[in-house]
Amino acid sequence: MALSLTVEKLNKSFGVRKVIRELSFTISAPGSLGITGRNGSGKTTLMKMLSQLIPPTGGRVAIRDGDTEIASADCFNYLKMISPEMALYEMLTGYENLKFFSTLAGVRLNQIEQDSLLERVGLSTRGDDLVAAYSSGMKQRLKYAVALLAKPAILLLDEPTSNLDDAGKAIVREIISKQKSEGMLIIATNEAEDLKQVEHVIRLDN
Amino acid sequence: MSSGWTTKALAVLAKDIRTELRTRYSLNALFMFAFTTLVVVSFSLGQLSLGVQVLSALYWIIIFFASMSALSGVFVKEEDAKTAQTLRLFARPSVIYAGKLIYNILLLTILCALLTPLYVAFMNVTVPDWPLFLVVILLGIIGLSGATTIIGAIVAKANVRGALFAVLSFPVLLPLLVAAIGGTDAALVGTGWAGAENHIKLLVAYAVIMITASAVLFDFVWNG
Amino acid sequence: MVRKYLQIGLFVLIAGVIYFSFTTPAPQQIIGEASRIFYYHIPMAWLTVVAYAINLIYAIRFLKTRSELDDFRSHWSAELGTMFCVLATISGSLFAKVTWGVYWTWSEPRMLSIFILLLIYGAYLSLRAAIPTPERKGIISATYSIFAFPTVPFFIFIMPRMMQSLHPADSVVDKNLHFTMGGTVLPIFLVSLFSFTVLYFWLLGLGIRLHKVQLARFEEA
Repeated sequence: MALSLTVEKLNKSFGVRKVIRELSFTISAPGSLGITGRNGSGKTTLMKMLSQLIPPTGGRVAIRDGDTEIASADCFNYLKMISPEMALYEMLTGYENLKFFSTLAGVRLNQIEQDSLLERVGLSTRGDDLVAAYSSGMKQRLKYAVALLAKPAILLLDEPTSNLDDAGKAIVREIISKQKSEGMLIIATNEAEDLKQVEHVIRLDN
Repeated sequence: MSSGWTTKALAVLAKDIRTELRTRYSLNALFMFAFTTLVVVSFSLGQLSLGVQVLSALYWIIIFFASMSALSGVFVKEEDAKTAQTLRLFARPSVIYAGKLIYNILLLTILCALLTPLYVAFMNVTVPDWPLFLVVILLGIIGLSGATTIIGAIVAKANVRGALFAVLSFPVLLPLLVAAIGGTDAALVGTGWAGAENHIKLLVAYAVIMITASAVLFDFVWNG
Repeated sequence: MVRKYLQIGLFVLIAGVIYFSFTTPAPQQIIGEASRIFYYHIPMAWLTVVAYAINLIYAIRFLKTRSELDDFRSHWSAELGTMFCVLATISGSLFAKVTWGVYWTWSEPRMLSIFILLLIYGAYLSLRAAIPTPERKGIISATYSIFAFPTVPFFIFIMPRMMQSLHPADSVVDKNLHFTMGGTVLPIFLVSLFSFTVLYFWLLGLGIRLHKVQLARFEEA
């Protein structure tokens, strides 16, 4: 799978306010990209456009497998995103969230695979607890488990280490290094530590 | 592809049922609203009995207002909990619509199952034609859900929610109310299936049209 | 320049309609003077429906093109339609009071259909007001316009068959599709219908041109 993500002359305005101006770049798998800029510079907006959640005002975002462009409505099969604006179901347990999202993603997860996912994000003993009872750091980790169960070709991380302690950050680092060597990774953050792990960095401040 | 689709839609349904059983978010609101209205009417009337046509209208007024108080929840709670965005990256809109539609139908069916015996008891209703009575209720529920599920999704994206849901739903629901009240009337008066024929045709046509239109338009609302 | 002459022409036409509607014999002898309201009420009801049709057409177009102009056209037509709908409802209600003694009745299907349109317009405008983001506003309200549409033919075509009508039947066109208005009535009515329709389209165009100017000014800034 020769996956590539191309951004051509991307523009985004909210009414009068122009947030993204004439942005263009390409990234191919395997590869990684960092997006940075001060608060309000449009990082999250850009991430949403890359994941096809919101449409651009001008220009386009194209995800291609080789030469074929993937239709916008099908893109969700190729990418997963973690963002402070995307939550999991608080009235379901960790296991139930995994089961639900894996069914939606068309992925079979037996008990062993679920346990190993939870272990990878450091939540091995908490699978039976309601997410409402999780701390914010644990919720963030579960988001990773859910994002990864579909083995996404493209992984987008908006503020990857928010709410995480050192152990959590170490887990994320492991996930990042695996993803950028096997697929595509895009991170939006201001944390210098996180940006060190990507090949290229785009600043959104100009 | 199609068996995968059904499994996914059922998964959405199961998730909503499971969450509902744990929180009783919608079912409580629905039932308490309907029951309170019924009791208020019954109590206020005292010894007075209502004519058949008023009785059929009353039943659907209660169901309508109860629905207005709770049926938008199925989408509003996803937007408020920020799980809507997560869902958008995991499933096609059609899967989500189907799951939520069936959930609303189920919710209303449970409501009516609980409400109808109470209604018959409190309002002293004699039902000469139970099969017709129940069929009309069921068709009415399907039509009601078919029309309001997508409106719930619309309202979840706006900010006045409660009042807006009723304002948007009412014009769309009027044909359903006309047909459902007419059909219930026929069941209570005893004119039978012949008397209710036009109303039943209307109920079926309405459900088909509304669900089809919703299925086509839902993508725009969900991704808009 | 041509535009100026057309506007003057429209003014003359409508002035003529107003003058002649009061000085010629009343359209319907049975109802009497109150029937003069035909000249106004029917065009307004007609335009309510036309405005909704335009709103619907541009709503569908907007969903395809996502052009802000299409959304504006749709919205503006709804605003005009609401105005005509309110006027039609009021004029109809006044007529009802004079001829049947009641301001309102639910058993009159045409009254019901104009009421439904009023509800739909009201709902559409409330919805637009309740959505803050401009692009979402357009998409969501366009969807509602389209979704609410099936209700309209139901009330205009199916309900009347299900009910007895108080409305003066055959007031315009009878079963054989011959115009039932005789004498001076028909010309005045047709001119009224025509000139109010032109008025609607003129107002529609005006609003759109104004909007384009505002957009252009905004682009420059």
